[in-house]
Amino acid sequence: MAIAREPAAASDGAMRSLTAAIVDALGTALIALGLAVPILALRTEQNMFNELILQPRWGYVAVAVAAAFAARLFYLLFAAVRPRARPRSALPGTAGTVAARTFAGIGLAALVSYPLIALALTGKAGAIKWIDNFGIQIMIYIMLGWGLNIVVGLAGLLDLGYVAFYAVGAYSSALLAQTFGLSFWICLPLAGILAALWGILLGFPVLRLRGDYLAIVTLAFGEIIRLILINWVPVTGGYAGISGIPRPTLLGLPFNASDEGFAAYFNIEFSPVHRAIFLFYVILALALLTNWVTLRLRRLPIGRAWEALREDEIACRSLGINTTNTKLTAFAIGAGFGGFAGSFFAARQGFISPESFTFMESAIVLAIVVLGGMGSQIGVAIAAVAMIGGTEILRELDWLRRIFGPEFEPTQYRMLLFGLAMVLVMIWKPRGLISSRMPSIFLHQRRRVRGELVKEGHG
Amino acid sequence: MEYFLQQLINGVTLGSIYGLIAIGYTMVFGIIGMVNFAHGDVFMLSTFIALIFLLALTQVLGFASLALALIIVLVLGMLLTSLWAWAIERLAYRPLRGSFRLAPLISAIGMSIFLSNLVQVTQGPRNKPVPSFLTTVLTLREGETYTVTLSYKQILIVAVTALLLVAFWYLVQWTSLGRAQRACEQDRRMAALLGIDVDRTISLTFVMGAALAAVAGLLFMIYYGVVSFADGFVPGVKAFTAAVLGGIGSLPGAVLGGLLIGLIETLWSAYFSIDYKDVATFSILAITLVFLPSGLLGKPEVEKV
Repeated sequence: MAIAREPAAASDGAMRSLTAAIVDALGTALIALGLAVPILALRTEQNMFNELILQPRWGYVAVAVAAAFAARLFYLLFAAVRPRARPRSALPGTAGTVAARTFAGIGLAALVSYPLIALALTGKAGAIKWIDNFGIQIMIYIMLGWGLNIVVGLAGLLDLGYVAFYAVGAYSSALLAQTFGLSFWICLPLAGILAALWGILLGFPVLRLRGDYLAIVTLAFGEIIRLILINWVPVTGGYAGISGIPRPTLLGLPFNASDEGFAAYFNIEFSPVHRAIFLFYVILALALLTNWVTLRLRRLPIGRAWEALREDEIACRSLGINTTNTKLTAFAIGAGFGGFAGSFFAARQGFISPESFTFMESAIVLAIVVLGGMGSQIGVAIAAVAMIGGTEILRELDWLRRIFGPEFEPTQYRMLLFGLAMVLVMIWKPRGLISSRMPSIFLHQRRRVRGELVKEGHG
Repeated sequence: MEYFLQQLINGVTLGSIYGLIAIGYTMVFGIIGMVNFAHGDVFMLSTFIALIFLLALTQVLGFASLALALIIVLVLGMLLTSLWAWAIERLAYRPLRGSFRLAPLISAIGMSIFLSNLVQVTQGPRNKPVPSFLTTVLTLREGETYTVTLSYKQILIVAVTALLLVAFWYLVQWTSLGRAQRACEQDRRMAALLGIDVDRTISLTFVMGAALAAVAGLLFMIYYGVVSFADGFVPGVKAFTAAVLGGIGSLPGAVLGGLLIGLIETLWSAYFSIDYKDVATFSILAITLVFLPSGLLGKPEVEKV
């Protein structure tokens, strides 16, 4: 129980507080020992007779316990005595706007020039990895985050099954391309429309639900769609998925080494990096479209109705807002952008399977939206870059192997750190990274409000 | 007929396990109104703790008596799983109490991701086959085409569940801890004014839920004979479905819901399609929440404006 006690004020003499801190930290270390045994201390391994045997690894336990001790001691001695920073109150209107505009401009410039910088720094062969694994991967999540932001951040409808629409977009795009031989550019809008229809379809039954219940039902829908994708083998291919999805072309120019290809047409040497750069700009354009539509919609009556719905559903109804239509359009538009992203994902990979559309993806996208600060477009982008980029960068940390030995595989800690980061960011900033909001409509003066004043929505 | 009887036995066994996990969901939701997403993964963690202690006792220390080993595993498993749940509540949920409503949910999802990956990293991603024991099977009734059997494992599972539920019922209904917990459930602020340590009560609620999940973990391991780091999510959602079906916040409801979900899953697999058995559970979850949000035994929520 030592951990539960807050340290007394440091007035009783440094020596006494130090002793108390050490005793407290020892308690924490004891708890850490209890947590680490047995899960860390004994690893179950199969021997050659397929029997499980235990491999003791007490060294890891010692490290974990020491780390817990050090962290608690550090916290007690340095972090806890510092006075809590007050949340920053409302910033004066104009300064905030200008800062936000400048920041958005810098961010946009960085995104537009990113592939070219990567190309200049790492050369043609090295740039593919940075543009594809980092750039495109992050942009997909930014787009999904912005799409979900319409549902969660603006309309306040907690959706834990967003991946369903991503999956619908990807599968409908892939199936349309395979069955009717349509190109990516025709499949893309169709996939978005189909996903939006599914958004309405799945939105109908949940109109009455609110908050956590809504989240759970949407989770159930997401899982049902994934299970159908797995089991409806004649259409979806089951676990094997769909392969050979046609790649996007630039006005009919494919990105391959043939004579009709992009490289041949412009008389430049063929390189796979061309496609990566092209795909990056496609997803960037799609994401910016999402952002632009969101920003415009916020000024339209429907966008205002969403935000009113988030703040108070009952007041909305009494003011004569049709909550059914408002909710369904939010679901449909959010789902539509998820469908676009799915269609792009299918065309980029050339192969899709149900493995890509697990609940984990929904959780990651929702985490990005909430960690970024619900409703804040820039916050979502920052969260996506930090969370996806941060975990992707683990793939590059080969030098860690020199410290921890050749068996050390940094990538297996990717999701472990992701989960931990979700918890830590929530404790650090429960309202997300950007915790102030610019209201869409205002009485006299446009000024930022603190995130705490914004409702999270109950509908 | 024999086939149906057999499915009934299997369903009740499975349902007991779901019911034990569901109590953890329903109590936590009742007291702080939060879906503890990490509960399924705490359950998964407990299966590993049980497995490791069982191996340590039988292989390393060479226990001859299986019954004694199982009892020690049960007690240690309950203690350590509770410690995990206590630490999770203390670190990931308590700082967010009174914060905005989505924060604990996101924190819980993060904890769930963390736990399943922790077990994957520390114990390896492969399925762990548990050494088989307690394999005696009783023949209840021999039909012409089908024989109804009842294994010792199933008797053990149902008996342990029933015993624990009685003990748990006593704890909640007749002890001061149970009273404090029910008081917090009704009105946390009023309970605090009357001198109840609300934080401690909430911690203990998590601990009790985890202890029951640890029992479920041991029984799950014995019943299926295999554990995996990925076994947290689906049993967790099913147990949550059980809690919702029975009426979230209601303890008898959680047990009833668990038994119903176990039966529905088993009968669905037996008569319709084993591939779509999880679809059945998820559909029940959605249908219950949409049409009967207060569940079978729950109290309807009255919204105040």
